[in-house]
Amino acid sequence: MADTNLKQVLFRIRRFEPGKDREPRWEEHKIDAAPGMTVLDGLWKVKELFAPTLAWRSSCRMGICGSCGMLVNGRPRLACNTQISELQSDVVAVGPLPNFDIIKDLVPDLSPMFETHRELLPYLLREDLQEQEDPTGEYWQTPHELERYLQFSYCIKCGCCMAACPTVATDPVYSGPMPLAAAHRYDSDTRDGGFAQRREVLADGRGPWRCHFAGECSQVCPKGVDPAKAIQLMKQDLVLDLLRLRARRPPSKVLGKPSGKRREDVPAAPPRTVK
Amino acid sequence: MRDRTLWTWHIVAGLVILVFLGLHMTIMHLNSTFPTFNNPAGGEAESWVNVAWRMKSLFFALTYVVMLGAALYHGLYGLRNILFELNPGTGLRRTINVALSALGLVLFAFGAWVAVAAPGVVSRMGG
Repeated sequence: MADTNLKQVLFRIRRFEPGKDREPRWEEHKIDAAPGMTVLDGLWKVKELFAPTLAWRSSCRMGICGSCGMLVNGRPRLACNTQISELQSDVVAVGPLPNFDIIKDLVPDLSPMFETHRELLPYLLREDLQEQEDPTGEYWQTPHELERYLQFSYCIKCGCCMAACPTVATDPVYSGPMPLAAAHRYDSDTRDGGFAQRREVLADGRGPWRCHFAGECSQVCPKGVDPAKAIQLMKQDLVLDLLRLRARRPPSKVLGKPSGKRREDVPAAPPRTVK
Repeated sequence: MRDRTLWTWHIVAGLVILVFLGLHMTIMHLNSTFPTFNNPAGGEAESWVNVAWRMKSLFFALTYVVMLGAALYHGLYGLRNILFELNPGTGLRRTINVALSALGLVLFAFGAWVAVAAPGVVSRMGG
């Protein structure tokens, strides 16, 4: 018996192999899409049935690894995180992320993005190297301080924000939303002491100065991160630093290991209400 | 470091424009609400007596020069950003920087000279 839930969908896929093809071409394949099927599932089906040489990147299938960023119906998205039904169209047009060179078909070359990311020192910079190698406790941080950077730490480096950014599209010097948001994530972490080192790069042309605040990066982020906000906060930090108005603080101290003793000011649990 | 400094001045110039443009709007377009505010002769803000009075005022000469400098810097920095987004090479970038700086300085010198020379001109015209 035929499955009445299936819906026929036309996949339009941009194919290109540098060195072999002279220019990109669009390939069209019709597949039956079931409810709940993602664009990534659809691509697997196309690969199995029609195009065995079709190439893309994917791994976790649950919006965690950030591998399967691609342009779906004109918008950068994670293929694994986009159901075909939510596109509300019988045509699913899939292309590689814009603003990157193409390695093959739907595989963008993300290495320039990661090189910039590395140059902006996206990790905790502290002088107590011994403590980092052989920790004696945890770095002190309040929940309020954690909230200053928490949302920026949800970035999975999928590159969707870079693909949507109009400044990245035209300005090869601009670092782009992902590396800048990552740098701000560490600049606003109270455990970090690397602001001055990152400033060497950020205060120059590679910093946030070319951002027009179009906000497309935040619109397309599949994890709900707001890189545009990070970039504006970074501008604020750097300008306040130039004007000598930025509060200078040493990185947070190490909090000793828990003693195991129960604190006296912790109230007792309320009595059970369910037997 | 240079881009941060240029951008900071861009924002400062924007704030200066905001304040002085507010002053300009108050004097020129709210003269019914504030009839004597820097329009000593009352009536139209564009009347010769009012214009001549403002042209001879040291305060206005200073605000004209500061406003001119802020507007030129703000506008030319914006133009520089637009041109840089056309992705010029290093040499062309340097040329754009020099050309826009020279244009800004020439316009500023001319505008400042007008503001400084205005009191004398107004006096000769009987203002």
